Amino acid sequence: MWAGVLVACAACYALKLAGLSLPASVLEDARVQRTVPLVPVALLAALIATLTFSTGHHLVVDVRTTALIVAIGMVLLRAPFLVVVASAAATAALLRLI
Amino acid sequence: MIRDALGIGVATGAYALSFGAISTAAGLSLLQTCALSLLMFTGASQFALVGVVGAGGSVWAGAATAALLGSRNALYGMRLASLLDRSRWRRIAAAHFVIDETTAMAIARDSVAESGLAFWATGLAVFTLWNLGTLIGALATHALPDPKVLGFDAAPPAAFLALLAPRLRAREPMAIALGAGVVALVCLPFVPSGVPLLIVAVLVAIFGIARSRR
Repeated sequence: MWAGVLVACAACYALKLAGLSLPASVLEDARVQRTVPLVPVALLAALIATLTFSTGHHLVVDVRTTALIVAIGMVLLRAPFLVVVASAAATAALLRLI
Repeated sequence: MIRDALGIGVATGAYALSFGAISTAAGLSLLQTCALSLLMFTGASQFALVGVVGAGGSVWAGAATAALLGSRNALYGMRLASLLDRSRWRRIAAAHFVIDETTAMAIARDSVAESGLAFWATGLAVFTLWNLGTLIGALATHALPDPKVLGFDAAPPAAFLALLAPRLRAREPMAIALGAGVVALVCLPFVPSGVPLLIVAVLVAIFGIARSRR
């Protein structure tokens, strides 16, 4: 676990430093401008989908689906970050209790 | 400006609480959780690593996802380069603070001097409160008997949703988000854990490059 954690930390730092150090011409490249902002959108959406609708290698619909719907509602209501996360967790916990 | 920086620091500190809690519930030790906040110090990547690990994926799949999410910080760095002192040691220290919050605060200023101050003030406030929040969240979760009963497995997707929402203001990112979710789920039964995320990353890069040629 430690090796993965430390390598990921090093990679993230290297990316930050590279950004400060690279020549401005890289930033002006249309492909970079166009592609880099799309990566987090796609990855965050893929993370939401896989963490909500799967257990191991199986697709499942369970209490996490309801929790996600509650979270979407909270985001639409412009609730603060912590409220969004806590209400999703509380929904899953309550539904499991019932 | 200092007050703004502190305000942002307090807000991110609150969300560090949930990072500390989720990371601990995912099975990372207190030390590993705190190391992520101290050394990685970029929220979405940290959540991604512990989210993948918590769902049973390998730490390497989590690390790869974290690095891919960290690629946007390189873009921020390029934007900040003209606003910050370029001397070598300053740059090495400043790099650690290149994140969403500091970039937003620095580029919103009128002069280079104000940008520099906004960057360092926001960076220090967020770094301090982010690490404090992580520690408290992790310690509190350590004290719980079974985090899963409390719905901690439903927390990471909600965290990602809150991070994603501000990026969905146009039709294209909305379509990309939906497409990415579907592609990841379609791949999931057939490839090792974490790989669906890498497939999505490759596809979106190809899409972005193809679109920029037009």
